[in-house]
Amino acid sequence: MQELTQLKESPSQTAGPYVHIGCVPNFCDITGVYPEDLGAQMVNADTKGERITLRGTVFDGTGTAIKDAMIEIWQADAAGLYPGNDPRGAADPNFTGWGRKAGDYDTGEWVFHTIRPGAVPFPDGRMMAPHISLWIVARGINIGLNTRMYFPDTDNSADPLLTRIEHQNRVPTLIAEKEADGVYRFDIYLQGEKETVFLDV
Amino acid sequence: MTDQNGAFFHRDRNWHPPALAPAYKTSVVRSPQKALISMNTTLSEQTGPVFGHNMLGALDNDLILNYAAEGEMAIGQRIIVHGRVLDQNGRGVPGALLEFWQANAGGRYRHKKEGYLAPLDPNFGGCGRTVTDENGGYSLRTVKPGAYPWPNGGNDWRPAHIHFSVFGQGFAQRLITQMYFDGDPLIWKCPIVQSIPSRAAVEQLIAPLDMDNTVPMDARAYKFDIVLRGRRSTLFENRMEGT
Repeated sequence: MQELTQLKESPSQTAGPYVHIGCVPNFCDITGVYPEDLGAQMVNADTKGERITLRGTVFDGTGTAIKDAMIEIWQADAAGLYPGNDPRGAADPNFTGWGRKAGDYDTGEWVFHTIRPGAVPFPDGRMMAPHISLWIVARGINIGLNTRMYFPDTDNSADPLLTRIEHQNRVPTLIAEKEADGVYRFDIYLQGEKETVFLDV
Repeated sequence: MTDQNGAFFHRDRNWHPPALAPAYKTSVVRSPQKALISMNTTLSEQTGPVFGHNMLGALDNDLILNYAAEGEMAIGQRIIVHGRVLDQNGRGVPGALLEFWQANAGGRYRHKKEGYLAPLDPNFGGCGRTVTDENGGYSLRTVKPGAYPWPNGGNDWRPAHIHFSVFGQGFAQRLITQMYFDGDPLIWKCPIVQSIPSRAAVEQLIAPLDMDNTVPMDARAYKFDIVLRGRRSTLFENRMEGT
C-alpha cells in the first residue's frame, strides 16, 4: 500500500509565565528592541465602522483571575472581510483585524479597542453572526485555547456554529455582556461550572 | 496539490499535550474539563494576519546584539538557530512570523516576576523575531540559554529551551512551542516536556547540533524545523449547492 506522507504538526508547549518577553516586550519593560508591541493598535482615525471596546478577564478553576494570560483576537472588518489574505477581496486598509494584549499584572484584565465586525459566510454559504475569534495562552495552558465572542445586541439565533452546540445552555458563555454603548465584557472561565465553550477549530 | 484557501487539517490532539497534565501543576486548574466543540475551519480560521519583512529591524533576529550597548555583546555560548517553517504537506511556509524568547546564559529571564538568583546580563534582552523567506527558511543568532529552576516539584529544572511563537497563513495555524537542545539530560525529566504524550512528538522539538552550518571560530549552529497544520485540497467541498 502507498503511504500517506503528511508530516506531523510540531507539538504545542505552554507559553509559560514570561510570554511577555517575546510577544509584548515593551509591556514588560524590554524597550528599545521593537518600536512598539505588535497588535497593540488595531484601528486608526480612518478605520471604517463602529468603534467598540472589548474587555475581559480569564479565570482559573478556583475562580481566581489569571494575571499572566495573553489574548489574541482576529476579526473581520466592518464589511465582513478579513484583512491580509481573504480570498474574497481586499479589506479596509486602515484595519489590522488582529490584536494582542496581555492581562494587567495586578488585575488580569485585558482591553482591545477595535470595531464591530461585519458578518462572514460559513463554508456552505449561510451567514455567521458577527463574531470575534480569540486565542488564549498562559502558563499552565499546554495548547492555546480557541473560542469566539458573539455580540449580545445582534441576532445570533441562526449562527451555524452556535446552533450546532448540543448543550444550548452553554451558548451564553460565548456571548459578551454589554457594559455600555460600544463597551463589551467577555470574561473567560477555563474550568468549572461557568466554563467557556472552547473550540477544536 | 493543495488549495491556498482550503480548510486546515484537524489537529491530532493525541500528538499535542493534553490540557490536563497533572505533573505540570499549574495545568490542573487551567485546563478545561468539558470537551472541545469540534468544527471544520471557516474563513474566520483560514485567514490570518499578514506580517511583512518591512516591519523588521536590522537586529531583530540577533539576540547577541539587539539589546546590547554600543560595542558590547551578550555573554554566553554563541549559537545560530536556523531551519524552515513547513506545512504538513511538506511545503515551505513563506511570510511566517516567528517570535522567540529565552533566558540568558545563566537561566535568568528579564522579567519583573522572575526572581532567580542568577544575574541579568545587561547586554541581553531575550526577545527576537523574524519572517520566513520565500522557501520558509529563517535564522536567528543568540546565546545558548541556561537551565533554570522553577517552583513545581521540589527540585524541578527546565532544560535549556527557546520559546517560539509562530503565525502561519491562517489563525488556525497559530502555535506556541519550545525548542530543546540535542543531548540535554534535563529534557527527559521535565514535566512540561512530559506533558507531550509520545517520545516521537518530543523528539520533534529537539534541535540537533548542525556542524555543517556552524561558523568556525564564531558560533555553533542548531537546526530547528517547525511544522504547521496543512490545508486540504477543497476537492468537492465548499461548493455552494446549486452552483
